[in-house]
Amino acid sequence: MAMIEVRWHGRGGQGAKTASQFLGEAALNTGKYIQAFPEYGPERAGAPMRSYTRISDKTITVHSSVTNPDIVVVIDPTLVGSIDVTEGLGDKGVILVNTDKIPQEMRKELNFTKGKVATVDATKISLETLGMPMPNMPMLGALLKVNNLVSIEELSERVRAKFSKKIGEEKTNANIEGIKRAYKEVNIG
Amino acid sequence: MTKKNLVPFTGDQAVAYAMKQIDPDVVAAYPITPQTEIVINFSSYVANGQVSTEMIPVESEHSAMSACVGASAAGTRAMTATSANGLALMWEVVYIAASTRLPIVMPVVNRALSGPINIHCDHSDTMGARDSGWLQIYAENAQEAYENTILAVRIAEHKDILLPVMTCQDGFITSHAVEGIELFDDKKVKEFIGEYKPQDPLLDIDNPVTYGPLDLQDYYFEHKLQQSGAMKNALKAMPEVFREFEKQFGRKIDFVESYKLEDAEIALVALSSTAGTAKVVVDELREKGVKAGLLRPRIFRPFPRENIIKALGKVKAVAVLDRSESFSAEGGPLYTEIKAALYDSDIKPLAINYIYGLGGRDIFPADINKVFEDLQNIVKERKVKTPLNYLGSRE
Amino acid sequence: MSENLKNSREIPIGGKIIEAGNAAKYDTGSWRTFKPEVDKKKCINCLQCWIFCPDSSIKVEDGKMTGFDYEHCKGCGICASICPVKCIEMKKEIK
Repeated sequence: MAMIEVRWHGRGGQGAKTASQFLGEAALNTGKYIQAFPEYGPERAGAPMRSYTRISDKTITVHSSVTNPDIVVVIDPTLVGSIDVTEGLGDKGVILVNTDKIPQEMRKELNFTKGKVATVDATKISLETLGMPMPNMPMLGALLKVNNLVSIEELSERVRAKFSKKIGEEKTNANIEGIKRAYKEVNIG
Repeated sequence: MTKKNLVPFTGDQAVAYAMKQIDPDVVAAYPITPQTEIVINFSSYVANGQVSTEMIPVESEHSAMSACVGASAAGTRAMTATSANGLALMWEVVYIAASTRLPIVMPVVNRALSGPINIHCDHSDTMGARDSGWLQIYAENAQEAYENTILAVRIAEHKDILLPVMTCQDGFITSHAVEGIELFDDKKVKEFIGEYKPQDPLLDIDNPVTYGPLDLQDYYFEHKLQQSGAMKNALKAMPEVFREFEKQFGRKIDFVESYKLEDAEIALVALSSTAGTAKVVVDELREKGVKAGLLRPRIFRPFPRENIIKALGKVKAVAVLDRSESFSAEGGPLYTEIKAALYDSDIKPLAINYIYGLGGRDIFPADINKVFEDLQNIVKERKVKTPLNYLGSRE
Repeated sequence: MSENLKNSREIPIGGKIIEAGNAAKYDTGSWRTFKPEVDKKKCINCLQCWIFCPDSSIKVEDGKMTGFDYEHCKGCGICASICPVKCIEMKKEIK
């Protein structure tokens, strides 16, 4: 596998940084080399922010931010239109958006003619599984359907390891359920 | 694929973990972005009883370094950590630590020294301290930040050196990025650093000594000569420590890293994480048949002049990247020192300086590509038109 | 400078003084222009001179003032000034 670069878009406090790290850590557990890092600006809850994950079979030495991502994940749909979330995506680029819209509709809204557009209503899933609007974990599940970077089991294992002690068994299970549901419910067009 | 035993750590976590394994007698520190996670993580180790360290949560960096000086003179293994304005606030005591010959180890997470106020990476903080008498080691990534912290203890406490050491890594770029880190076995780290045997400790009450007496025209100069000698000694003593490090942990360390320089015609010199990004560009250029190479000084103090001359001695043109401005109107600190070293080489390559990345401005492979293009033109035209350039800025 | 000074390889590193109390080796008595002398007949052994002497140059044995350490006494005259019975006199140093 050549290096895969993922760019995450969210708002401060929505868990884009956590999602980018979980993906990296799950991949690291399978023997890949990884980098996961947020783009730190002034840190403010609600402000648009980006985070990145790099996954590769070889050592990663590049330390600049990602300019030509293979995959873009938009955790907050209100960012679409206010910032250029498709920036730098190539012909084979994939963009995954948290929205109740179908991919064709989102493609028009994004004015994106290349690659693939995938959509999933991750906010709804998180409300129904966790009882809180925390769409970052379902977005990870949907991402794995778009690109099998790690298996659902490997990701779940990582989530369990990171969350169990911190938020308890019940909420951890709810997060994993959200991941699995999003994996099933994501639409790719 | 073979499963490597790598753990996901940020550069700061990696350094805190190294400190846990070192288990210093005293840590006196004040949190400052982007060093904060080192103090947070190490404080947890203290609170959880995973280290036996006496942790002193001081009210300022001036006190942090003062407490380290006192603790080290008392005969303990002492550490602190800081960034930018924190380093600036401890300034006078930084010099005292070095001139009192106290082997304190201080991870510094490089950050722009205000103003205007900025919390992101550049090297203006530690470059300002390059003449303070401390050794300086720069890390390309989190793995090296971890290794350098362990290595620094042995170097600082070496009987022929006895000087404090700063271990530097790039703020946020490596301090806050998660990477897979190979951690060493606790026992092997303990074995490598060994037991600290202080020279003339204050707490040895049977052999009372005086630290820090007034030292005037009759002896001050001789004490400075001793400091200079210790820096020169470090150049001689460090290779043996590097060899031992490799034997113990299987990881090679040298004063400089030469990347594809053997037959290089054009070369770039850069410290820390930027060198990693440059490697990608060198690889791409090599595929196109361009004889490009990279030199990364890992040790900056003492200045490894011989290694640099040897590594760059054959290139036709060299570009030095400085992540700090010295405001000398003559170029950044790395450039002026590299150029001075090359004055003694048989083949003096043409040299050009690029100041870049101030205040955390990102540097991309495309920027570095441009530098190599410039170098190719310099070789063609056999001259440097503008020696001092500002890469990635809006002039 | 004096040829007795040691070179950088002969002195402890870091400006440390590793020999405790080596200030005693420093002959400050030669700095004196006036020299204290005591009339023990008048002296009441109150030891005010011993308390006030800035150079620890008052000799005391068994609680009694016995004289001066002329190798270190700089002749400042504080002892003479503080003495409640005026039994210490500052006399011109003859060299």
